[in-house]
Amino acid sequence: MAEGHQERVGLMDRLSAEPKASRGLYSASALFFFVIVLLPAITGILLKWEKIHEALSDATMLSRASAALYVSFAIALSVSLLDLLAGIPMAWLIVKRESKLINVIDTLADIPFIVPTVALGYSVLLFWSGPSGLSSLFGPQVAVEPGWALVMLLHFAFSYPIVVRLMVGEFRGYRETYELAARTLGASAFTAVRTVTFPILKPAFVAAFLLAFARSLSETGATIMVAGAFENGTVFIKRAKDAGLEGPLVLVSLALIAISVAIFGAISFLGPRLRLPIRKVWPNFERRMSGYGGWRDLVTVVAFTAFVIIPSLFIALPSGAAVLDGTFGRAISGQGVWGDYWKSLAVSYAVALLATMVNIVVGFPMAIIIARRRFGGRASAIMDALVNVPIIVPSVALGVSLSFFWNALGAIPEFWILVLVHVSITYTYFVRAISAALEGISQEVEETARTLGASPFTVFRRITLPLAKYSFFSGAIMVFTRSVDETGATVAVVKQLKTAPVLLVDWVKNPQLYGQSTIALGIGFLVLMSFMVLLALRLGLWGRR
Amino acid sequence: MRLTPSVRLVDVSKRFGRIFAIDRLNLEIQDGSYVCVLGPTGSGKTTLLKSIAGLTQVDEGKVLLDGNVVNDIPPERRNAVYVPQLYALFPHLTVQGNVSFGPIAKGFGEEEAAARAREMLELVRLERRSGSFPQELSGGMQQRVALARGLASGARLLLLDEPLGALDARLRIELRGQLREFAKRLGLTVVHVTHDQAEAMTIADTVVVLREGRVEQTGTPFHIYHRPQNLFVANFIGDTNFIEGIVSERRPGGSTLELRRSIYVMVADTSYLPGERVVVALRQEKAHIVREGLQRTNVLRGRVQAIRFLGNFVKCEVRLENEDAISCKLMRVREIPRDGDEVAVAFRPEDCVVFPYPPTGLSRELEVF
Repeated sequence: MAEGHQERVGLMDRLSAEPKASRGLYSASALFFFVIVLLPAITGILLKWEKIHEALSDATMLSRASAALYVSFAIALSVSLLDLLAGIPMAWLIVKRESKLINVIDTLADIPFIVPTVALGYSVLLFWSGPSGLSSLFGPQVAVEPGWALVMLLHFAFSYPIVVRLMVGEFRGYRETYELAARTLGASAFTAVRTVTFPILKPAFVAAFLLAFARSLSETGATIMVAGAFENGTVFIKRAKDAGLEGPLVLVSLALIAISVAIFGAISFLGPRLRLPIRKVWPNFERRMSGYGGWRDLVTVVAFTAFVIIPSLFIALPSGAAVLDGTFGRAISGQGVWGDYWKSLAVSYAVALLATMVNIVVGFPMAIIIARRRFGGRASAIMDALVNVPIIVPSVALGVSLSFFWNALGAIPEFWILVLVHVSITYTYFVRAISAALEGISQEVEETARTLGASPFTVFRRITLPLAKYSFFSGAIMVFTRSVDETGATVAVVKQLKTAPVLLVDWVKNPQLYGQSTIALGIGFLVLMSFMVLLALRLGLWGRR
Repeated sequence: MRLTPSVRLVDVSKRFGRIFAIDRLNLEIQDGSYVCVLGPTGSGKTTLLKSIAGLTQVDEGKVLLDGNVVNDIPPERRNAVYVPQLYALFPHLTVQGNVSFGPIAKGFGEEEAAARAREMLELVRLERRSGSFPQELSGGMQQRVALARGLASGARLLLLDEPLGALDARLRIELRGQLREFAKRLGLTVVHVTHDQAEAMTIADTVVVLREGRVEQTGTPFHIYHRPQNLFVANFIGDTNFIEGIVSERRPGGSTLELRRSIYVMVADTSYLPGERVVVALRQEKAHIVREGLQRTNVLRGRVQAIRFLGNFVKCEVRLENEDAISCKLMRVREIPRDGDEVAVAFRPEDCVVFPYPPTGLSRELEVF
């Protein structure tokens, strides 16, 4: 009886049932990844290989470069460890204690995701070292001057929520029965957590550590704002680029790429083999430790408020003031510096929109390859690992390499190079979101749909896509916000063109030229725009339910 | 005209790596019959279903539906609906959306699809739940939605993978009867995979016993129960005692076997020569506890090791004088001895099914998992 209706089935249905067509689609998406994302990243830096000698022969430059690299890794390591230390109790608190206050904290923990990092950087700078910040309350002696301490405070503020988010997800998925079983077997609460829960969740801790580590290592824009004379790897690259020193630029970028890949490889390999050394249990001591839960919660919430929430939200005060003092009018009419500002904002959003669209199109088939093992077990596993490269390697180093590659190809307009680079650095986010979602969708659901008469394309359109809808949007939002937010890779690429964060870094570094009101309002608009885009996407998502 | 499909598999093999999931399998399924595929975990039951559905590409052999080779036909054009154990109802669609999925996917208009869905939901008496989401329904209702969804797509062949496995014991027994009755009423062909032999015996027209990707035996439940072709089938279907022995004498009308420690029993089977090593399969309900002296042949003495009450019968385990063990299912109350009693176990020669002793050893042959 179905025969009479075959003609209503569309071209895509017939095409998708063709094994050649689907294999072609997957191959094309894999090819895109290798040719547009991976290959340029590796080749670019190697094209300038001989420039390294310039840097190696200059002893002062060499020692400056190695010092910068050293502090980059030292800060990333200590900040990620602090993140775990503070983030795990926080995530625990959010999952275990249901209350209005905790819900508010839960929501606030998302702020650093929504607020662009450059805005966070300025906010942190004003709060810790500005005259209207801490010093207005406690006097100038408490101010933290720009330098390594402020860089650490900043990195803590933006990487801590990453750890909390990830751990909340893990704790929610964790089956409490293991811990309850341990309790009935005679373990105190503290012992149960230490000997049962933590070992089971260890892979999540490793993943959270690596994410925080990677973010700290690659952050550029906000770090420049708060670094002062101090420099780490990313600040060094920015300065070398501005001064036109290609040798040191190549050297430090290459070192950042090589060392971060090596560290990630080592930790992913060793992490699962790592065991907590202490197997012994001290029942009395640990029973007493179990009683300090209340104190732990208090310290956690206070630390979160003092080091993350207040410094992140502090920008609202000067931004609000700027609205009242007349800067707002000049901004809206686009007078003076504001013309450039609006233009940079348009560039930022255009680049982000294009990068998001490209990554959705090329990322979805890639996610299917990974989650559904379309190229066989081994090849898919290799792809699975390689897809992580863009978030492992510091984006500024990636940007340097990509910019060498695309510029070597000839006269590609700067805007399009920027789009290509942003596609590369945000590639991982969409693929990861979708492949994780697909792994959660039972393959039987898709198979059953096939036997009910649906072509592969119909199954995708009516089953897979609706079920992965939430991840689709969150993956796309991730790509979009990371692109708008990205300073490092952009700085490495552009000569004339300015995106909003790049322009704002300039403003913040030259306060005497622009004035605090202008800077604060510029950053305020960026935050406001980000909120509105996210809100629009969220509403769009709800509207489609 | 309504086409009722028949399924034929000819020498079908499917490998996963070096392991054969199914191995040169031959099978024929008649129109409108209810077939249960029975086998232990890993015997290739699901692979068999997926090969028929087209979800697995077979490595060798031919799959025929309605007499046509369908090896290269994609699943959406085979009209054979696969229903996995947890039914795979689409969680983002309502009951109505689930049931109308097939017709819409096949190109029917929304209205026509909705009408078909309504019709099928009435058939399974779920028309009042058409707006619910699958996760709001009970296990039994979910199963009915899965059936309605399959039928709405126009399929006359249902491939059910452990359809009752996710339900509790009580409901399982109730629903298995309904499942068969439903299929018969609509004239469907059903291939129902299960590892529960009682389930298969109760509802199937034909039982197919699978082991390591091969068909061990095909037949009606009655036939398979009474004439198992080999030790594996005898063990897998029903509760059976296995006793090792050697043929000592062969006469017209029966043979004498020597068990361990020179105990002799009579069997009706005369197809073995003296000196051959054999295994006797004896159904537990065919072994009785008797008072000595009432019967002459096949009375073996022993001591009761355990008594287990199992509702409609009592299972009595007896350790014989030669250390062999025999279990008896006792239906009558006056038969039931007490733990530790000295008793006599008796059985009829014609109830003993004799198999050659397996070359790989008895315990290997009786492995089911």
